[in-house]
Amino acid sequence: MSAGGGRRLIALMRKESAQMLRDPSTFLIALALPLVLLFLFGYGVSLDATSVRIGLAQESTAPPAASLAASFLASPFFRVTTGHDRRELEPELVGGRIKALIVIPDVFAERIARPGGIPEIQLITDGAEPNTASLVRNYVQGVLANWQRQQPGAVAPAITVETRFWFNPELKSRNFLVPGTIAIVMTLIGTLLTALVIAREWERGTMEALLATPVSAFEILAGKLIPYFLLGLASMAVATALAVWLFGVPLRGSFFALTVLTAAFLCPALGQGLLISAVAKNQFVASQIALLAGFMPAFLLSGFIFEIDSMPPAIRAISAVLPARYFIASLQSVFLAGDLWGPMLQDIGILLLLGAVFLGLAMRATRKRL
Amino acid sequence: MTNAASPEVLARVTGLVKRFGKTAPPALDRVSASIFGGKITGLVGPDGAGKTTLMRLLAGLLLPEEGAIEVLGHDLKRSPTAVQALIGYMPQRFGLYEDLTVAENLDLYAELRGLPRARRAEVYAELLHFTDLGRFTTRLAGQLSGGMKQKLGLACALLQTPRLLLLDEPSVGVDPVSRRELWRMVQALTGQGIGVVWSTAYLDEAEKCDEVHLLNEGKLLFSGKPAELAERVAGRVFLLDGVGGRRRSTLAQILAAPELLDGVVQGSALRLVYRASQDGGGTPTPPPAAGPSARLRPVAPRLEDGFIDLLGGALRTGSALADSLHPLPAQSHPVIEAIGLTKRFGDFTAAEDMRFSIPRGEIFGLLGPNGAGKSTTFKMLCGLLKPSAGEGRVAGFDLLHAGPQARGRLGYMAQKFSLYGDLSARQNLEFFAGVYGLGGGERRARVEEMIAIFDLAAVADQTAKLLPLGFKQRLALACAVMHRPEALFLDEPTSGVDPLTRREFWGHINGLVEMGVTILVTTHFMDEAEYCDRIALIYRGRRIAMGSPEELKRRVAAAERPDPTLEDAFIGLIEASDAERGAA
Repeated sequence: MSAGGGRRLIALMRKESAQMLRDPSTFLIALALPLVLLFLFGYGVSLDATSVRIGLAQESTAPPAASLAASFLASPFFRVTTGHDRRELEPELVGGRIKALIVIPDVFAERIARPGGIPEIQLITDGAEPNTASLVRNYVQGVLANWQRQQPGAVAPAITVETRFWFNPELKSRNFLVPGTIAIVMTLIGTLLTALVIAREWERGTMEALLATPVSAFEILAGKLIPYFLLGLASMAVATALAVWLFGVPLRGSFFALTVLTAAFLCPALGQGLLISAVAKNQFVASQIALLAGFMPAFLLSGFIFEIDSMPPAIRAISAVLPARYFIASLQSVFLAGDLWGPMLQDIGILLLLGAVFLGLAMRATRKRL
Repeated sequence: MTNAASPEVLARVTGLVKRFGKTAPPALDRVSASIFGGKITGLVGPDGAGKTTLMRLLAGLLLPEEGAIEVLGHDLKRSPTAVQALIGYMPQRFGLYEDLTVAENLDLYAELRGLPRARRAEVYAELLHFTDLGRFTTRLAGQLSGGMKQKLGLACALLQTPRLLLLDEPSVGVDPVSRRELWRMVQALTGQGIGVVWSTAYLDEAEKCDEVHLLNEGKLLFSGKPAELAERVAGRVFLLDGVGGRRRSTLAQILAAPELLDGVVQGSALRLVYRASQDGGGTPTPPPAAGPSARLRPVAPRLEDGFIDLLGGALRTGSALADSLHPLPAQSHPVIEAIGLTKRFGDFTAAEDMRFSIPRGEIFGLLGPNGAGKSTTFKMLCGLLKPSAGEGRVAGFDLLHAGPQARGRLGYMAQKFSLYGDLSARQNLEFFAGVYGLGGGERRARVEEMIAIFDLAAVADQTAKLLPLGFKQRLALACAVMHRPEALFLDEPTSGVDPLTRREFWGHINGLVEMGVTILVTTHFMDEAEYCDRIALIYRGRRIAMGSPEELKRRVAAAERPDPTLEDAFIGLIEASDAERGAA
């Protein structure tokens, strides 16, 4: 780049920053939106199944039945509606007001009393919500196992499983949702905002005026990239501060690792934004493409909410080229585990590679022609 | 290199062909032309003629499919950046950053064009003085008026004194006062040897250029001095006086005569162009249909007359539209009335105490600079905007309290093509028929009638946005009149349209007026204003003058300007209003 090129680049960056400072929509996307998303995922959304509403039909009044019922009532995982006949509670399940129905039949006590008799209870769950259904099943089994152990004459099982949840011992979904939200915010700034601001230049005819000056395509792209790269880092800092101080998410890794990761992720995110705006030259189309190709996949297919391992192979293949996937995995490490440079460097390498591909395509698409 | 006899050639294009899409007709078809230093060269033609494409090719923003472009000694295909450092380019809408201030815009372009820092202060001072923007350096470009934006765009293009200055339709959306000012500024530049290319759809503007290249549908029709083109029809142009109140019906009748090339309404007279006759010269006798008191007097030919001659003359179609209507009965009360219409936005009064009434069968024009309040008045009268005070009435219905009834009596045609581009012509007609409450058999009949009247049968099932401009215009008019409105509102209906399409359009309008339809038109396009019976001149939210085109012209007639044009009248009256304001 010539000396004139340096001057032009600085002038373009200064212009971009002045516009950023004056444009309320930049602030909405870069600062207000992260806040809203963090609040939404920090407070509003919880994937933990605590106090699931269930029904308990205690058709037997014998003492063993009563003590089992008491165990369910004492469980923190359930809010129990009790009854004495399953027919009273079935409408509640059909109406979706309870998620499961446990039936302790009237033959329950008799069977226990009979030597070698195996008592039975029935669990009916709402198969329309399979995740909740299987959670409830596991909890019910847990309660049952606990109860059995406390019965007089219970034989200790040969093997007992002691479960520990590493990295997120309280199993708080907030702890992994908040780091994921930071990735979503970075996608919004990198891809959506960048695509919009360049499309706006085409729409308002300022791109035409820029292109008719001696400025090069590289300078135009760099003049956009650098300011939004810095804006992305600033927004990351704000979001991290909120995550740690407001939501109490642990930051077990270093701030340095977080910055390096974010910087690596911004390359493909910005590259995607530039590519979109080079193809779609109006803001409406650019925002639609950015939402469909950037935001939605980052939201749904990156492992942010749905686990990648449980996706069908075709979808898993798509998620393999999603920058957000690698970012989210490493972000969760930094927040919940610490600086695991081994796997993180691998993710950073993939992010930089994806970034090079997107930026290369964007350069090709942004020739100095209309 | 430069000498007085042959000015320096700054740019030369040879055999240029530019296509957008394989099947579309070429945007430029084998165009060869030269641009000279120290002159204003006009790229002239209607919308879609290829002006902007040629401009962008000259700025190195597009590559041609065929042909060569040489600018300032460089092959533009090979070294666009070298050329871009030497030219100034102002795109349409001026290429300004609206959220940056005047000074920030200048700074940006100064750096991009590599203006040495040491020279900045001096160059800025000079340009700000030149454009008279010195007081506004801290104002956001988006808050400047159209004329000021245009000057700032020009200043940005002039930062590193270019040798070639390309201005793409600099006068669009700019009122005649600002337009005249810009023209003076550009003329001063040519004095320094700069070559200026000025593209325009206004033929009166093209007339003032030193050289013109006239484009139509991608083809170069004429290159040379504007006077040479006008010269083609010298001695064949006449003004027909003394037809007074019957000028529209007279025009419709006499246009059928084979010896006539062209005829338009000009104020109370008719401007006629005759075909080249064998006997060669002399004033012909007035057409018999014009009546006994009609007189022909020769007038100077204009560029537009030459253009029409090149295109082979105006189409001789009467208005089938008018024939389909029954004349509306005469009535004493006015069809459109503005009774003290006022609109305030906060502290700002956009329109103040507008009063006029338009009788049946009149064409009434609202004329004024951008932002003067003519659109505001117009919108209040067609029920799109609620007045702060006063009342607007259409066909006797108050727009505020009987809006639906009033709107059912009026037709509206917006400035730019405002139909559904993705629907076919027929679907657009059917939609508007539905909107106006026509149903069943009547709807089908009316749609077919419109297709027949406007000759849309061949294109009825094509996508509207892909239609040629002339057809779009017809379709828009068809949609606006299919419910047979008593009043028709037109917002700059023919700006940027080629002269033949414009004549056809006004032919229909004249026909409608003859049948008793009342027309309200807003424009700052002088050719359109000439068709009006009366004009209200609006400036700074107030009506500063009202009268027939002749009356307005007479008010500014002076010894040094005995025969002013309507544009002269427009500018003169506005300047007088400014002077009065200054004195008060």
